[in-house]
Amino acid sequence: MTFTDRTPILSLRQIRKSYGPLEVLHGVDLDVRAGEVVALLGENGAGKSTLSNIISGAIQPSSGDMTWLGAPYAPASPRAAMDVGVGMIHQELKLLPQLSIAENVFVGRYLTSGGRIDRKAMEERAQAGLQRLGLDISPKRVVEGLSTANQQLIEIAKALTLNAKLLILDEPTAALGGEETQLLFRQIERLKSEGVGIIYISHRLEEIRQIADRIVVMRDGAKVQEFDSGDVPIRSIVEAMVGRSLERMFPAVPAPADHVMLEVKGLASPRGSFRDINFSVRKGEVFGIAGLVGAGRTELVRALTGADPISAGEVVLEGKTVTPRSPADAIRNGMVLVPEDRKLQGVVLDHPIAENIAYANLKEISAGGFISSRKLHQFADRYIAKFGVKGRGSQNAGELSGGNQQKVVLAKWLACKPRVVVLDEPTRGIDVGARSSIYDTIMELAREGLAVIVVSSDLEEVLGVSNRIMVMAQGKQAGILDRSEANDVSVMELATL
Amino acid sequence: MPNGFGRLGREEWMSIAADQQPKAGFNVFSALRGATGPLIGLVLLCVFLAFATDKFMSVRNLLNILDQISVLGIMAVGMTLVILIGGIDLAVGSVLALAMMVMGYVANVHGYPMGVGIAVALVVAAIAGAVSGLLITVFRVPAFIATLAMMSAARGVANMITDGQQIVGFPSWFSLLAYTRFGGFLTLTVAIMIVVFILGWIYLRYTSGGRSLYAIGGNPEVARLAGINVKLFTTGVYVVSGLLAGLAGIVLAMRLDSVQPTAGVGYELDTIAAVVIGGTSLTGGKGGIFGTLVGVLIIGVLRNGLNLLGVSPFTQAVVIGVVIALAVAAESFKKNR
Repeated sequence: MTFTDRTPILSLRQIRKSYGPLEVLHGVDLDVRAGEVVALLGENGAGKSTLSNIISGAIQPSSGDMTWLGAPYAPASPRAAMDVGVGMIHQELKLLPQLSIAENVFVGRYLTSGGRIDRKAMEERAQAGLQRLGLDISPKRVVEGLSTANQQLIEIAKALTLNAKLLILDEPTAALGGEETQLLFRQIERLKSEGVGIIYISHRLEEIRQIADRIVVMRDGAKVQEFDSGDVPIRSIVEAMVGRSLERMFPAVPAPADHVMLEVKGLASPRGSFRDINFSVRKGEVFGIAGLVGAGRTELVRALTGADPISAGEVVLEGKTVTPRSPADAIRNGMVLVPEDRKLQGVVLDHPIAENIAYANLKEISAGGFISSRKLHQFADRYIAKFGVKGRGSQNAGELSGGNQQKVVLAKWLACKPRVVVLDEPTRGIDVGARSSIYDTIMELAREGLAVIVVSSDLEEVLGVSNRIMVMAQGKQAGILDRSEANDVSVMELATL
Repeated sequence: MPNGFGRLGREEWMSIAADQQPKAGFNVFSALRGATGPLIGLVLLCVFLAFATDKFMSVRNLLNILDQISVLGIMAVGMTLVILIGGIDLAVGSVLALAMMVMGYVANVHGYPMGVGIAVALVVAAIAGAVSGLLITVFRVPAFIATLAMMSAARGVANMITDGQQIVGFPSWFSLLAYTRFGGFLTLTVAIMIVVFILGWIYLRYTSGGRSLYAIGGNPEVARLAGINVKLFTTGVYVVSGLLAGLAGIVLAMRLDSVQPTAGVGYELDTIAAVVIGGTSLTGGKGGIFGTLVGVLIIGVLRNGLNLLGVSPFTQAVVIGVVIALAVAAESFKKNR
């Protein structure tokens, strides 16, 4: 059985990569054996993506050797890597939504018989791949409308159908809820038992412990530590990642004032994604919202800040009814949303940082409708410095790391001097070091007397930052827990009601 | 915690902040906003024509070029705004003809003063733009389709007014505005174009409304969540585009001393070409008025130069096609390199 065969299917020796004079990988060694999950960890910029791109043929190393099943391996393109059996599943899914599953699996390499596309053969083989993952979906179905988890699995089925012996999964659970993650993990276990080697890249350390057989930690382009077991205390992993010891993961949560800032009464959505929501948030309070994917959390906070319509109920801010009809309306009343999807809703990627910060603050920066570039830059620079954005105002937002982009979004909103800040998944896809500075910012806002609402799928995060936690299940509020009574068990019990 | 935000120490952010002090005063390169490539092209073109022909570099010829581009230039300013927000306006050629016919109908057929005719024509053109804008924002019709519909409808109405006939016989002062060089230099039509360019440039560069258009073009959802009234701005931009097409129609009527419903056929494509050559991105969010001015000048100088060189109109069309393709390919190449 391949599972017991301990010779590596893939070996990397002294892999280096330079761009001009800048070396970004400094001689990395890595072995992956059949039937094992190697977790590749590191902060953004540690070199994980460069390394996985080299393995999957997207870029070529400057020096070093790779061996695949005992033979020298130097893929010239992703396709060459795919052909020998290396499949890369990207974080951003690369499926074509209007095509069927079978067509997506074979796109670019359609099976033909006598010069015509052989749909039947493609569907049969795609079906086999889907079944291997325990997916009961017709290969004729178009991809559009499938859940993110299923699309992820289809990407994997695609790689398997093309006989992948090594899979590289880049943040596969970034967009998945708890249950979907477990489904994915069951499939990964299955693939392991079939002898598929897996390189697993993730920021979610809790799940790494659950799934990984070995852990490889990278920092600044070099491998800094290797653990021969997945069951390593999270603190040790994090310390290896950030290169210093951590005193705490979460900062102390300040005590809120008695004064109620925000009241939500009987809020409902016209599409039924949430209904009958009642809660209040005090000045200086961090109010967490937890729940599974599809529980209506994002929909609720979007409606609360005017981004989506409200069909019933009202929003009261310091005694005044301010139920918003548009984002502009909410902003005028001092309620702002840091949205879930940074790249699509938070920043304009190919516009400069300074402009991005200005977009929500044009009124404040302009005088009688007129704006000077200089004033705009001065305004932006103040907030760039305040939030420690590592970049210049004239740089495009797309050139920044995820953590720094998130700081730009925060800067944009906090420059509005809001009274209520809603953060939807504030640390999704952001590395550990940058996360703690975002937590610090959240606490700073609470101390300044704002009402802060944090929506997160990361249970540890909601528990760590909130004074109180509202748990949602299927569009309804399942309960509100105080910090003292909230733990992963009590929250999950309510979330699965 | 005095420095509660971020992990950078005070010295670090001070040094970053020091790096980013914008340079004081007017910066020519920032004014070009990525239009340097087209500008170099324009200069090379002028140098070539200066040597290849003896007439090109005369003051008289250069003033002629300005006269020739006035209609295109006025429309191109509106089109820049439209393309900047990621839209397109295919109706400008038809709206130009509609405005001309409305002016002729009110002033000549009904005998109202020219001023009234012009005012009514501009209002009608703005309404046509508003209809396109509302189709796009309220009824969510794609801009391409909404303005394609308006292109057809406006042309139809322009023809209905006189059953396809042209109208001639305006007061002599009217067409003289296009030919009298005030101060021996500028015709009124060129002056109108210059004013429109300056207003457009100020709007995009120095007002919060202009910045909002960039935000909308960059990502409408980001703009909406930032509290920008995307629907209002979008509709407004189409109104301005329609209004400027109408104004271009008045200018064309001055230059032709007549109005006809077939005027301006294909102008929308020339206008889009000028904007795109000037470096404004068809996907929105990037570009500016200065680039459009360069784009309009390139088309004007090219037409003029090819005429001076005795190149046939058919060949001219081919050359202009090649220039459009080259300009956009060069920009994309530069971006993806």
